[in-house]
Amino acid sequence: MSSLSLAVRDSSTMLRRNLLHARRYPSLTLNLLFTPVMLLLLFVYIFGDVMSAGIGGGGADRSEYIAYIVPGILMMTIGGTVVGTAVSVCNDMTEGIIARFRTMAIHRGSVIIGHVIGSVLQAVMSVVLVGAIAVAIGFRSTDATVLEWLAAFGLLVFFAMALTWVAVGMGLISPNAEAAGNNAMPMILLPLLSSTFVPVDAMPGWFQPIAEYQPFTPAIETLRGLLLGSEIGHNGWIAVAWCLALAVLGYFWSASKFNRDPK
Amino acid sequence: MTNPAIAADGLRKSYGDKVVLDGVDLTVPEGTIFALLGPNGAGKTTAVKILSTLLSPDPASGEIHVGGHDLTADAQAVRAAIGVTGQFSAVDGLITGEENMLLMADLHHLSKREGRRVAAELLERFDLVEAAKKPASTYSGGMKRRLDIAMTLVGNPRIIFLDEPTTGLDPRSRHNMWQIIRELVSDGVTVFLTTQYLEEADELADRIAVLNDGKIAAQGTAEELKRLIPGGHVRLRFSDPAAYQDAASALREASRDDEALSLQIPSDGSQRELRSILDQLDSAGIEADELTVHTPDLDDVFFALTGTDPQPGQSSLPSQPSQPKEAVRR
Repeated sequence: MSSLSLAVRDSSTMLRRNLLHARRYPSLTLNLLFTPVMLLLLFVYIFGDVMSAGIGGGGADRSEYIAYIVPGILMMTIGGTVVGTAVSVCNDMTEGIIARFRTMAIHRGSVIIGHVIGSVLQAVMSVVLVGAIAVAIGFRSTDATVLEWLAAFGLLVFFAMALTWVAVGMGLISPNAEAAGNNAMPMILLPLLSSTFVPVDAMPGWFQPIAEYQPFTPAIETLRGLLLGSEIGHNGWIAVAWCLALAVLGYFWSASKFNRDPK
Repeated sequence: MTNPAIAADGLRKSYGDKVVLDGVDLTVPEGTIFALLGPNGAGKTTAVKILSTLLSPDPASGEIHVGGHDLTADAQAVRAAIGVTGQFSAVDGLITGEENMLLMADLHHLSKREGRRVAAELLERFDLVEAAKKPASTYSGGMKRRLDIAMTLVGNPRIIFLDEPTTGLDPRSRHNMWQIIRELVSDGVTVFLTTQYLEEADELADRIAVLNDGKIAAQGTAEELKRLIPGGHVRLRFSDPAAYQDAASALREASRDDEALSLQIPSDGSQRELRSILDQLDSAGIEADELTVHTPDLDDVFFALTGTDPQPGQSSLPSQPSQPKEAVRR
């Protein structure tokens, strides 16, 4: 068997294993959906009237505010899912079964690749679920073309993949599941410090550069532009650059951590 | 003469200043059981991890071949030849026993049909059919160990590493495991096992190496090792001082304990040696009140081979396999 077909075959076996885990124990995945959904409902129904007053020069109504926060909530959903990835990678590494995999004549990276693809699939499913809730409470995309929908979908998948590689590295360096959860915390905290809930230019001046150029804001602004027709500007390129950088960095980091001698 | 299944020359491993394996030479012929015997911390697990490609040996090690392949140059070929059951169960607890087996079949690139056949066969052989649909995390220690070995066998490995296969098992599961290991070898498989129990090595292994402090303290068959160990003896106790004196002069090799009126005769405890002692007593017309056979245990081995007394109360032998101290009353 060629090394490529070995890689594909073993990785898909590992993917099946990870999806089986997710199907057998959906609570971890579902728990992680709780945060974005709760924040969506909180900001729309509890804080919505006050928050919407600050959007679009004032006087925006609740439906406009829903439209404003949904792109950020979707990105936050991805951030939440990959926290689960860090935890499950870490759990996996502490299990004896990984030692078994390492002593088998299988493609070495297949364990990790299985986790990454599984995680991206879960992120997409989570985004669809949260997106459905957003639509149910009144979110509508305005004048997005088929191409823009495709681009939005591609951005979500690319972003999920980039964060997943970083999360895998976090899972690999964590000694236990709690530590993995803590190490991956920035994945849920960063969206709070982005343009998810309020525009960057409404933030204190010293904080604006941080909020504007951290990975989440350009991705959120790009998604907003694609779905709602707002100005994307340089955010598109910054988002793509962040995704590429995080994916490549996360990949090499994870690979070096996985290939070292186990403790 | 075939190539040995495992041949290691000067196996070394250290972490910083801590030397775990200090030049270990091992040769395991094909189709035999080899036991690496030693207390906790001797380096047994590290040796297994290196030979099974999980850890890399120190560069100062000599050549290491497993299944005829160079361990460092051709690790993937080594992996194709071996199966490993580690000390801590290497099963996926989140999925069922059957799913664990099918996962192994997939990773060995068996066809769907072949995978199902092999999985069903092994589940049957290891008495796991009833539990097959339950998550492996719900299994008892013995069941997990059986599933673990069943998973190892899916790829039909020619060399199997078992790291402390019976530690933590109850006596019945332990005997089941011994039976399983014996069956493996009858199929021509080579088994490399580690154990803390001399009894276990004695039961199973063709050759035994005693590992202490990262070095091989002794190597040989069970019989050869026992001869090295002065711990084995027969003890005769008398209540009649006259009989004691007679016996002491009849059995020249005996060491005397005049206070307790008992004699200690070095012996491996075999039937032949026992009979010769009894014959000598019979022909002298002496009857001992009590005869006890003491076979050497791991404490004796370590005392003899390393010259260090095992710490009292912290025996390297946990309560599990009490060495037979059979009393024969006459």
